[in-house]
Amino acid sequence: MGGAHRPGPFATGLAWAVALYLLLPISIIIPVSLTDQRFLSLPVEALSLRHYGTVVSSPEWLDAIWQSFWIAVASTLLAVVAGTLCAIGCWRISRRSTDLVRALMLLPLIIPSIVYAVGLYRYFAKLDLLDRFLGVTLAHGVTGIPYVVITVSTALAAFDPRLEQAARSMGAGLAQTLRWVILPRIMPGIVSGAIFAFIHSWDELVIVLFIASRDVFTLPRRIWNGINENLDPAMAAVAVLLVIFTVLLLLLDQLLRKRRP
Amino acid sequence: MQRASARLGFRPDPVAREARRAPVGQGFRRDAGWWALILPAVLLMTVFYLAPMVQVLAISLTEPQPGLGNYERLFTSESVQRVIGTTLRICVTTTVVALLLGYVLAYKITLSTPGVRRWWVLAVLVPLWISVLVRAFAWVTLLRRQGLVNETLMAGGLITEPLPLVWNEFGIVIGMVHYMVPYAVLPMLASMGEIDPRLLSAARGLGASRLTVFRRVFLPLSRPGLIAAGVLVFIFSLGFYVTPAILGGGKTLMVAEWIKLQILDLLRWGLGAMMATMLVVAILITLAIFSRMVDLRRIFGAGGTA
Repeated sequence: MGGAHRPGPFATGLAWAVALYLLLPISIIIPVSLTDQRFLSLPVEALSLRHYGTVVSSPEWLDAIWQSFWIAVASTLLAVVAGTLCAIGCWRISRRSTDLVRALMLLPLIIPSIVYAVGLYRYFAKLDLLDRFLGVTLAHGVTGIPYVVITVSTALAAFDPRLEQAARSMGAGLAQTLRWVILPRIMPGIVSGAIFAFIHSWDELVIVLFIASRDVFTLPRRIWNGINENLDPAMAAVAVLLVIFTVLLLLLDQLLRKRRP
Repeated sequence: MQRASARLGFRPDPVAREARRAPVGQGFRRDAGWWALILPAVLLMTVFYLAPMVQVLAISLTEPQPGLGNYERLFTSESVQRVIGTTLRICVTTTVVALLLGYVLAYKITLSTPGVRRWWVLAVLVPLWISVLVRAFAWVTLLRRQGLVNETLMAGGLITEPLPLVWNEFGIVIGMVHYMVPYAVLPMLASMGEIDPRLLSAARGLGASRLTVFRRVFLPLSRPGLIAAGVLVFIFSLGFYVTPAILGGGKTLMVAEWIKLQILDLLRWGLGAMMATMLVVAILITLAIFSRMVDLRRIFGAGGTA
């Protein structure tokens, strides 16, 4: 009908250029990871999976992946429990003081992690938490809380508070109300928050650079060393695997969003 | 208005914040359970976030000796001033370019049909969530001396010497803009989504050209999103560590890397902590200035209190 105002050819062309700028440089790592050469380059004669083989058979890479995975799982758990309960409490009480609490929870998003890392280095030295699984998990968990608070608060905004009041007035205790009335309704928001908190920990480098050294050596730390020391094609293979993993997590999130009422 | 209607004892909107509160008279005791839910997060945040942050401030004021000596360096040390200058220059450039590119995308996405829109949003979200290390690595692969761009240009006979594309400010800005564009798009999308599409159609119907519709109707209405995106990108850029460190190659130092250098390599704790404190102060001042102009809660998506 031509009723709605659509972008013109000029705007569309520009938008395509920007989208290519966003996506092409990332996708270049795919052919590079499949190179048959020993150094970082495009494949010359044939495609080869040898660099993936290097990664999969390297104890260093596998160990780093494993450590990152467990730290991410543990810190996600911490962030989800603390963040979800906090978002529910703030939502239900909803006063000026809880607005303040919510603002406090968002601080890790606003304040650069370099500042936090500097303070944490000294702080954890006193608590003997440097280079420990527990230390990194606590740091990642606390900085993961904002993601959960945001997604759960968004889910709660669409929740009818009268359901909660009805449950309470029919004699349900707080635990029962949470378990049977509130949590099932906001589950998609919680899962979204968990996914983002997981990615946050999985990718986090700056804090780890300060508070971990030998015993705790995560995947981002290993990649960081790789970029600074030897740029070999195995790095590209790791990068591709990481991208695939992230895209899968995002697709999962999109799928859950679609099922949301 | 909401407060007034609550006083009058009727609730215009069942989801309104007043309705969530416990009925008058059962006050705090009834809320105690809900406060207990907030407690774990507040405790964690206080003990493992705020306390380390206070430590930074304390270090900046006590080491190497108590006093404001470290802060004096802001006015006397040339290297401190240089790193601040470099950081501000790169951040302003990055913000301007990221806003321009992000605006184009947000404009296209807002005006597209819902089916098309989903794909474009995905094109923004995927880079947003891909590891910053992976992206910096990709740029190094492309831009270094023997990188794909230089090799291609040399093979094509366009240049004889490799261009210095990375390990300088140019490389940093390319990588940072690439990182920031998605952050610029999201607040702009939220704000542009509120523009009534009928206004645009009406302007068109009344004979305005595409350019005029954009300049006189769309652009002014999208201003809040533009400001919000600018604030967000600027404060994220100020303390950015990974991309500038990798693409700057240690030659061009921005604040975050400078802090790391002072503390982990030179062991000048006081100086590093001073700069870290100033970084937070700069960010809070930026937020305070612009919180009058835009709804910050919306930037950070702190939904809930709609």
